[in-house]
This record gives sequence, C-alpha cells and structure tokens, in this order.
Amino acid sequence: MAALLVLDSLTKTYPGVVANSAVSLEVGQGEIHALLGENGAGKSTLVRMIYGLVRPDSGTMTLDGAPFMPLGPQAARTAGIGMVFQHFSLFDALNVAENVALGMDATPPNLAGSIRKISTDYGLALEPDRLAGDLSAGERQRVEIVRCLLQKPRLMVMDEPTSVLAPQEADRLFQTLRRLRAEGMSILYISHRLREIRHLCDRATILRRGKVAGICIPAEESVQSIAGMVVGTQMTSPAGRVYTPGKVLLSVTQLSLGSDDPFGPSLKDVRFDLHAGEVLGIAGVAGNGQNELLAALSGEARTQPGAILMKGEPVGDRGPDHRRLRGLLAAPEERLGHAAVQDMSLTENALLTGWQGLHNRGFINWGAATSFARAVIERFDVRPPNPANAAKVMSGGNLQKFLIGREILQHPEVFVVNQPTWGVDAAAAAAIRTALLELADNGAGVVVISHDLDELMQISDNFAVLAGGQLSPVQRTSGVTAEDIGVLMGGTHATA
Amino acid sequence: MTVLAQLIAVTATMVAGGILFWFLGKNPFEVIRIIFWDPLFDENLSSYARPQLLVKAAPLILIALGLSLGFRAGIWNIGAEGQFIIGAIFGAGAGLAFYPAESAIIFPLMVFAGALGGFLWAMIPAILKTRFNTNEILVSLLLVYVAELILASMSLGLMRNPEGSGFPGSRNFRSYPSAHNAELIANTGIHWGVITTVFALAVACVLLQRHMLGYQIRLAGQAARAARFSGVNPAGLVIICLGISGSAAGLAGMFEVSGPSGQISIDFNAGYGFTAIIVAFLGRLNPIGIMFAGLLLALTYIGGELASLRLGLPSAAIQVFQGMFLFFMLATDVLVTFCLRWRSRMAI
Repeated sequence: MAALLVLDSLTKTYPGVVANSAVSLEVGQGEIHALLGENGAGKSTLVRMIYGLVRPDSGTMTLDGAPFMPLGPQAARTAGIGMVFQHFSLFDALNVAENVALGMDATPPNLAGSIRKISTDYGLALEPDRLAGDLSAGERQRVEIVRCLLQKPRLMVMDEPTSVLAPQEADRLFQTLRRLRAEGMSILYISHRLREIRHLCDRATILRRGKVAGICIPAEESVQSIAGMVVGTQMTSPAGRVYTPGKVLLSVTQLSLGSDDPFGPSLKDVRFDLHAGEVLGIAGVAGNGQNELLAALSGEARTQPGAILMKGEPVGDRGPDHRRLRGLLAAPEERLGHAAVQDMSLTENALLTGWQGLHNRGFINWGAATSFARAVIERFDVRPPNPANAAKVMSGGNLQKFLIGREILQHPEVFVVNQPTWGVDAAAAAAIRTALLELADNGAGVVVISHDLDELMQISDNFAVLAGGQLSPVQRTSGVTAEDIGVLMGGTHATA
Repeated sequence: MTVLAQLIAVTATMVAGGILFWFLGKNPFEVIRIIFWDPLFDENLSSYARPQLLVKAAPLILIALGLSLGFRAGIWNIGAEGQFIIGAIFGAGAGLAFYPAESAIIFPLMVFAGALGGFLWAMIPAILKTRFNTNEILVSLLLVYVAELILASMSLGLMRNPEGSGFPGSRNFRSYPSAHNAELIANTGIHWGVITTVFALAVACVLLQRHMLGYQIRLAGQAARAARFSGVNPAGLVIICLGISGSAAGLAGMFEVSGPSGQISIDFNAGYGFTAIIVAFLGRLNPIGIMFAGLLLALTYIGGELASLRLGLPSAAIQVFQGMFLFFMLATDVLVTFCLRWRSRMAI
C-alpha cells in the first residue's frame, strides 16, 4: 500500500501545553485510517494542521511524495484534502444546493446536477431543493460529505461522523465509505466508538497526551484491548446491578410542548413514570425532541402544571429554581452556553445551578461557592483541579465531569441528563456512568437521554425511544437488542 | 492589550478631532489644550472650572452606572435622556407643589419623586418588551422625543413661573431654599447629586461582585440560555434593569433641575442621557471605569464650552468630538478581538 499522506514528527505547542509531540502518521492510498484518543490527546490539533488551520512548530508533511504545508484550508482543499466536521455548519433556511455552494471555493456550473450525480453514485440520498432545516442529522451529514466529495479530494478527514446517527444511518455511511475506499480514496477517521472502528478501519493510530501511543490493525484487536491503548490503563466498566423499583418520584402525563427552534419537533403527549432507584434511558436520533424534553423537565420551558408531577406536586408551570428546591435537577446537552458560561470560572459556574444554597439574602457567599467547586473537582477528579479556571479552557470530558458532579453533589432526587457522555473520552464517560448508577443506587431516579445506544443498554433499567417528539412506551432494557431500538428510532428518518 | 487599545482610541480621537478643528479653521493644538488643559490648570479659569467638573460628571456617572447594568445583561436602554427629563419634571413638580412652604421633608420628597418619574418612564419600554416583545432600543429612544415635548409643554404651561412675566420656564429653585439642591461645600461643586453618585458607585461595585442580581445580570449578558437554565426570569430582569437605569436617570435629572440648572426650562437637558451611553462603554461597563470616563467626558463638556466661548467653536463640534471617542473605542475593541483581512474576491 503506497502512502498518500505522511506526517513526520509534527510538534505543536500552545502556552502551557504540548498538543502534539513528534507525531508521525501514515495514511495509505485507499485506506481508512482511524485516529483514536481521549479528549485532549491531540487529535483535533493534528487534524487542524493537516487542514491548514494550524501551523506546526516543527516536523514535515508529505502528500503523495511532495512536501505539503498548507497555509490555510483553501490551500489544503486545492491540494486534495477534504474535511467533514463534527458540528455541521448548515443554514437551516437555505436549501441543500445553496448550502453546498456556500462552502465551496468555486461553484461548478450545474451544481444541482452534480449533487444528484454524486448522491446517486455513492448512495447518499439527497434532494438539492430541500431546506436544510427539514433534514435529519444523517441527511445533514450527507450534505457535508457531498460538499466535500464535489471537490474531488484524495484524502477525506472525518471528525466523529457517527455521533449523531441512528444505527441504520451509520450503516449506510459505512457502505459509502467502503465504496470510496474501493475507488482509491483515503479517509482519516476520528471516532470514540471502538466497535465501528474495528469493523471499518484498516489501521489505527492511537494518540495519548500528544504522543503516538501505538499503531494497530483494529480487526485483529478486541474492543477492550483498543480501549486499553487509548486510556493507557485497563478500563473498569460499571458493574451490573439489581433494579428494584421504588415509589414513583416523577410522573409525566400528556406533556405537549411546541419547540423554540422553528425546525425543532414539538413534544406530543409524552408520558412516563420514574421510580426511585430507576435509570430510565431515552434513546433517539438527535433532533427528535431531546432538547425540548430536557427543557420541559428542567423548567426552562413551561407547560400545564399537572403535566409534570414531582413527588405528587404539580410543577409543570414552575421555573428551574423552584424545581431544584423540590429535588428535580437537570443537565443539558450543550456544555458551553447552556450548562456553563465559557468565560466564567468553575466557581462562578458552580454557582450557576448551586446558587440557591450559596447566598445569604442575595449576597453571594464566594467562599462557600469556591469550596463547593473544589468538592466537585475533588470528588470527580476534574483536571486541572483549579476552581479559578475558566470553563472554556477545560477539555470536554473534564468540564462534563464538573457539570454532572455539580448536580450530583446537590443530591438530586430526580436527575435528568441529556447526552451525559457526548464528545467525552472513554475514561471520563465511564466515571460519569458510574456516578449516575451510584445516584440511582442511593434511591434517586435518573433519566438519561442519549444518542448512544451502547451507553443506554449498559446503564439503563428501562428505556423508551423518542422519535418525532413522541415517546414510545417504557420497556425493560434486559432482553432488548440494539437493533430493536434502532427500528423504533428510525421512524420517519431511517428511510429518508 | 485592552489598555493599549484604549490609549490608541484616545490618540486617534485627538488626531481625528484635531483634523476636524483644523477644518473649522482653528488651531487644533490650541483647541485641544483649551478642552483638556485649561479647565484644570489655567490660573484664571480653574477656580470656576474645577468645581464644574463634579457638577457635570456626577449626572453622567450616575446615569451610566444604571445603564451599565442593563448593557451587561443585553438590555439596551437608549432613552436615559427621556427618563432624565421626566425625573426632573416629577422632582420639580413635587417641590413646586409645596411653594412657598418651607419644610425639611420637601427635598427628600423631590428626590423620591425624581426617581419615581424616571422609573415610570422606563417602565413603558420594559412592559412593552416583556408583554409584546417590542424592541426596547426603539421604544426608549423615541420616548426621549415625547419627553422633550412634555418638557416644553410644562415650561410653557403647567409649571411656568406665575411671576415670570410670561417667559417660559418654572420658578427658580435658588430662591426656594427647601427645594434647592445647593452646593454643600463652597467651591467644590459637591451637591446632593454628587453624594448620591458616590453612594451609587459603591452600590454598583457590591452589586456586581457580591450580589446574586449582579451575577444574574452577567449570566444573562454572557449566555442567555445558561441564565434561563440557572433560573433567571428574563422578563423580570428586563423590568429590574430598565427600572434601575430609569430611576438613576430620573434622580440625575431631579438633582440637575433643582441645583445646577435651577429651573424647568424648554431645553434644560444638556444631553447627559445620551453622553452617559458613551461614558458607560468608555468605562467598559465597569463602575470604576465609568467613574473615570465620566470625569473625562465632563472635562470635554467644560472644555468645549470654553472653546466655544474663546474661539467660537460650534457646540456641535464638541458633540462630534465626544462621538469620536465612542467610535474609536468600539473600533479598537473590534480590532482587539478580530483581525482584518482583505481578499481580492469573495469566495462563495
């Protein structure tokens, strides 16, 4: 296999951190090469250097035998590097073709035709005239991929492509990628999901703390052994537990709610009971009402008083502060801007939901707030352990541990969490899941809304599926396969 | 970085202002000396001008402190000038109602009425915003012009001095001791408004650093969704921020009309409410910064008057000069955060 892209001892330092230290990597012609590592291991920096967004301090890159050092994304694209980002950058109010045109350096004459051709050639079903706002997450990703393919790249870099996809959608993506590989394209594939890497990727390079920690052929390894290489130690999975339902803590009946987002789904007649000691998993593809459900339960969106009963008390029309005092706490999906404020310190962010116990007649007790932040940091091993650090300098995993810990240390009786381990490295994810299970073991009710089926299968006692704003009946988790849930999740989206 | 940016902004204002004065046919160095140096250090002028510094700075700082709370939370009260006028009318009205009775209770009543007037005037945009989601920038700004018309009508009608031989304008508070906001210490310019401003400075510092309201204001300004998640009621915050800034502006108006200006007249408002917006931003919405910015802009007011007296500089030129301050300040701010790039062709 001839090498297409060779990175030779790339080093990039930021003030106080060595993001990449002498990283070497080789992507072959027609190879799907996985890049693995925890959050903060240096994957993004490496990819940003390849895409011309960051310049390395030292080291060289070679593309197809010639020296390669892009000065910007445009230069990288010209040289044949394409990039599909983790977060989609589509304008909801524009149609597919317009969105594609916006991201290109030069628009080909018959764009709609080219889009149709590429989408039929590679099985990426896509209608150029549809509004981006009406697309499912999988379709949105297809727009990004088509945009990338239109530039005829030799190497496509994909950052966590399956994190928002239903299993069926992910399978279709894998078919497309295999086809591209067969045509000789190389793909650099970043993901946390070890199972799919084992099935899809030819080779994997593992980064740990900015250095290459190993290279392997994933098909010849087990998920556990790869995870071990990523984390550096053996991971401990949460132990199995016995679920004995207690009394009903939270009761949701006939919950209907319009969405703030003009393209978001409305909740329709959602109903479930949550018992003491229960972990209820709510599965579903992103954009099917998860954010709306969290807002309704946290109190950010108001409903009929009786739609939400907390220990028998109607709280549907009450705000987050009232519900917190009743023991109903929540943690939203988006960390910066929703669960935390990026420019505020961890102490100030601890105050964000903990303020009710940290002030005296309106005057903030900063000493107590700092101690509270410290307690969260210590209990959940948040690094670096400095409460004065701004939220924006924390890695995703450490910030998420802090934000989940902030709620858990307030001893919720009912805890609702949306995507607890989204974009979080394996070690932090395991810590968060263990903490959630512990909370349930101590008699609290926990609602986990997640796109990650493996996670839900692992920790939930019961589960339901949210599709198009409607919640399926609650079932026991044991005995259900991921495929069963996938069918429930698909609903309108899997065939689109 | 930001300190450097501020220095650059001040220098750029001096240069651009100098060019403006030069085009007006004046010697730019002389004008700038008259504005910034003479009021403080000229032997003949400083005895008059120095006390004026506090007289002019106090209302600017008081109004700007109120505005800065809302600005931090992303609530844009642009109509402080109107709240200033209505506060003055309420305050003056409360005093004049008692004329010629003398009592120690009259002045405190006027203070309360002044704050109430500004508060009520600010409640119009606040309630329209929370009820009907109108834009508070437009509503508060347009209400300034309504307030100016009410002021004109008051000085021509209801509040006109019965002994003023038909001239517009109310009785002068200088000849009504119980209602007069007099200079407390001779030749310092210190009156009750200055003392209130110092008090407000302390309150603002404590509020922003130690109080939940200040924290919630910062939250709402930095991340509206996080604020709602925290339990901040956005409508309540609009009412509180507009209420505080309206009351502060109303107080400033009341102290102005009963003291330095002396009477309700058609155009007694000197644009403090608008200049205070510049002061708030020049001070980076920080109480201490606002104090310095208020003193600086007060100096341009006094110096500007001096320049128009001595050199015949039009007063509009001084307003342009003050506007340049804000412009360069905001421009350098943008350049601190963003980088300019020229491209030959827009990529689609």
